[in-house]
Parts: sequence; C-alpha cells; structure tokens
Amino acid sequence: MTTATIESADVRTSTRDRAVPKPIPFSRILGVELRKMFDTRSGFWLMASIGILAVVATGAVIIFAPDDQIDYGAFGSAVGVPMTVILPIIAILSVSSEWSQRSALTTFTLVPSRARVIAAKATLTVAIGVVSMLVALGVGAVGNVVGSALAGVDQTWNISPSEFAQIVLADGIGMLMGFMLGVLLRSSPAAVVGYFVYSLVLPGISGALANATDWWNQHGAWFDLNWASGNLYDDMTGQMWAQLGVTALIWLVLPLAVGLRLLMRAEVK
Amino acid sequence: MIKVESLTKKYAGFTAVDDVSFTARPGRVTGFLGPNGAGKSTTMRVMVGLTEATSGSTTILGRRFADLPNPGREVGVLLDASAQHAGRTGREILTIAQRTMGLPKSSVDETLERVSLTESEAGRRVRNYSLGMRQRLGIGVALIGDPEVLILDEPANGLDPAGIRWMRDLLRGFADQGGTVLLSSHLLHEIEVIADDLVVIGNGRIVAGGTKDELLAAGGTLVRAADTAALAAALAGAGIGYSAADRGALLADAELAVVGQAAFAAGVPLTELRAADGAGLEEMFLALTAESQRDQITVQEGTAA
Repeated sequence: MTTATIESADVRTSTRDRAVPKPIPFSRILGVELRKMFDTRSGFWLMASIGILAVVATGAVIIFAPDDQIDYGAFGSAVGVPMTVILPIIAILSVSSEWSQRSALTTFTLVPSRARVIAAKATLTVAIGVVSMLVALGVGAVGNVVGSALAGVDQTWNISPSEFAQIVLADGIGMLMGFMLGVLLRSSPAAVVGYFVYSLVLPGISGALANATDWWNQHGAWFDLNWASGNLYDDMTGQMWAQLGVTALIWLVLPLAVGLRLLMRAEVK
Repeated sequence: MIKVESLTKKYAGFTAVDDVSFTARPGRVTGFLGPNGAGKSTTMRVMVGLTEATSGSTTILGRRFADLPNPGREVGVLLDASAQHAGRTGREILTIAQRTMGLPKSSVDETLERVSLTESEAGRRVRNYSLGMRQRLGIGVALIGDPEVLILDEPANGLDPAGIRWMRDLLRGFADQGGTVLLSSHLLHEIEVIADDLVVIGNGRIVAGGTKDELLAAGGTLVRAADTAALAAALAGAGIGYSAADRGALLADAELAVVGQAAFAAGVPLTELRAADGAGLEEMFLALTAESQRDQITVQEGTAA
C-alpha cells in the first residue's frame, strides 16, 4: 500500500511586503476626538446649547432685569449659570460614552495607547471649557451693549480680567470634576448622577453641617470643593487659594489618579 | 502572522483561557472554534490589548499589538459589530477610522462600496442598522486600512446567505493575497467551508489544532454492501473495527484501501466505498468539546473523530 503524503501546498508566503506605517501623531488623535464630541445628535446639541443658552440667558436679562441692574456682571453671571451644568456633562460624556456606547472597543484597537486617547480628551475638555467661556462672555458683552442701549443706561463693564480668569477657573474645576467622574465611573448615567450629587446635593449637606457645627463652619472650606471653588466668584485671599488647592487635591487629583490607573488596565468589553 | 504563546487569563476563581498556544499563518484562513464561553472572545481581546493577559504573550506580525505604530494599517479588528456609538452614522464611523489611520478621504467611499452599504444606508445612524448591516460596517472598519491581518469574532452573525457568501469570498481573496485571517465562529458549516486551519478550544484549553484536512481525515471509511452481515463478517475477519452508520452502511476504522482489500478478499460486492466525510466538523467539534458542552449531546460512537 502506498501512502501519498501531500504537502500542504497552499502555504503562501506573504506577498505584501511593505513599509511599517508611521506612528499616529497626537494632533491627529486630538482632531479625531474633537470630531467625536460633535458627531452625534446629543454631542452636537450639547455643544450648540452652549451658544443657544448664552443667547437665551442674555435675552432674559435684557427683558427681565431692572434697568439699574443692566451691567456686564449681570450678563456674565446669567450666561455663566447654564455653563456650569453643560460643560461638566460634555466632559463626562467625552470619556464615559466610550464605555456606555462601547465604542472604546474600536477606539483602543485603533489607538492602543489609552493614555494618549485620554490625554487628548482631557486637553479638549479644558480647551472647550475656555472657548465656551469666551463665547459666553462675548454673547454677554453683546447683550450688555444692546441691553444698555435699549434701557437707555450707560454701559457698565464691571468684570475685570482677573475676575474673568477666576470664573473660567471655577468652571474649569467643574468640568474637570465631570472628567474625573467619567474616568472613574466609566458609565454615563452613573457619572452624570455623580456630578449632580456633587454639585447639588453635597452643598446642601455641607451648608446644613456648617449651621449645625461651628467646627465645620470654620474649617469646611478645607474639605468642600464646592465651597472652596465658590469663593472664586469673589475676591480670593491667600487662605482661600490654599483651601482651593487642598480641596482640589482631595476631590480631583486623587480620584483622577485612581480612575486613570483603573482605566489603563480595565478590560474593554 | 499571529502567534499566541502560552496565553492564560484568570479571573477571580476561574480560568477563562488556559495555556493557549497557536499560530495563524499568512495566506491561510484560521478558524477559531469553540462552544459559547470557551474563551474565544477573551483570547481575541487579549490579542489586541483590550484585556490584559495573566501570563503568556501574543504577537502580530512579530510585535505586540500595543507596539504597532498605527494598528489599523496592519491589523483589521472586528470583535463586536454592535460596539459602536448608536448615534453615529455608518459613514461617520468609517470617517473616524479613516482619520485616525491617516488615510485619504476617498477610502471611506471605497470601503462603503466594498462592504456593499449604499449611500442612504451609510447616512443612517447605527441604532437603525440591522445586525447584518452592522457586521458589514464592522468589516469595513477592519478593512479600511488595507491591513495584512484580520481578526474577526463571529463575523458571519446576522448576515443573510448572500452576505455569508460575500464574506467567504472576501476572506478567501484576502488570504489568497497573502493575508492572515483569524476568525472565530460557532457556525460550523461556515468554518468548514472557508477555513484552511482549525484551532478548537473548549473550557479555555486548546483541544485540537491543525489543518482542516488533517483534522477531518480521522473520520474513517464508509463502506456499504447489499449484504451488510457478510460485509461485517469480512471486516471482523480482517481485524478491522467497525460500527453501524445510517441506512445499512458501516463505518470502518481503517483506511480506504485496507477496507476495500478486506471486502475483496472475502468476496463481498460493495455498493459504496468512500472516506467518511459525513461525520465532518460537527461531529468532531462535539466530540472534542464534549466535556465543555453545556448541553450533553450523545455523540454517535465511531462517527467521532
């Protein structure tokens, strides 16, 4: 009996000799991540709502504010309020939607370095925060010019550059808080709820505690980031800056470090 | 070329992938088979760095996936067609991939055409896609960078018969041009038709591996005669083990020539003599993974490889 041994004849060698592709530059990741913030309906309307709400808030001040209160401060704060809600949500979703929508599977197979993707998202979060505040204050400035003219009062420009910088910082902290929650929880609903607990529920508890105990009333600002960053809307003393630093360390830096560490190693499913 | 070496992934109290080693070679389609929960998807996730291995390593084109400078240009990956932002359009998802990889804009339209998604379908949001359309889009994302290696987890899921045929031709063509294809599936017929090599996994362990022809060759010889009793006596006389197959045929535990010789020597006229292909992949699969099957299926003795 003869047994023919047929070699696996169709083992082909790769005919696709080609150059190893160039690494993906960080600028490209930034561009793609920016695009991803706008390219869904929810993302688009969140971004658009920054401008829309700024115009609505400005209109409301013109219509409802008494003539003697029409000044840049009134417009600035009216426009700033919706920002404190929208900007953190943008920051949350930029990270958490990758997990909630499971697009992280594609994102991290196209860019295996999670650190670079997250760094791009963090950079954009800060940039969008600053740009949004500039847009808001620009709309507010137009409102102030129009509102003053309509009310027949002199234009009052009562926000100094340093005050403006502090307001941007306060909103930036809110945004980073959202970013931190997105990184730490990696779930859109949990992070959004977490942010509202932080920004709406905790100040109430802290306030009640300050009323009840003298110690918290004296020292609470060392532990409560809402409290410490709320001071940014007024004149800051050296102690207030120190309190801001300490609370930011407790509420932002430490949880962000833990969240990043977990995110780098977490299984993407 | 994909090389998996002693890969192990343990979760608290359970080992999902247990010392798995295999190689998927260029120019060939490697089928990765196993029952649900056998560790196929986990192994594939480890390959592309989405899950950290407990020990062992995988390399693609000689490098760890994380060390590939622009992975989409070298490795096309589709792990789960539904893992896309439901609010993005199909075109947008391809555009994101195209931009990330730094490809020309025209590649988006070319890819849409390649995976047969129409202009209007491409403009729809993925939440309105059928599973088959999501698979096409996912295969598009995998192919857009013109990679050398494809890693596809259950790509035939949800495709209609024409779609399955299309995908089979596509993967065949890809491998014939020297590409490496690793695809997992539990659609055995699909794998049987398309794969050149097989890796069978059960309970996280490799239970069989090799070329499809080798693995299926162990099926024995199917022999039939008008007088089954005489044939059985002839086989027994020649010391050949056998068992009853369907409709009076016998499945002999020997090679074709040996069985034919035995029948001839005993003067039994045969009506049929051929390699037992009927057993095929399904029987082999069930036999090999019997221990890890959640549904206990009695495998007909003898038909198992």
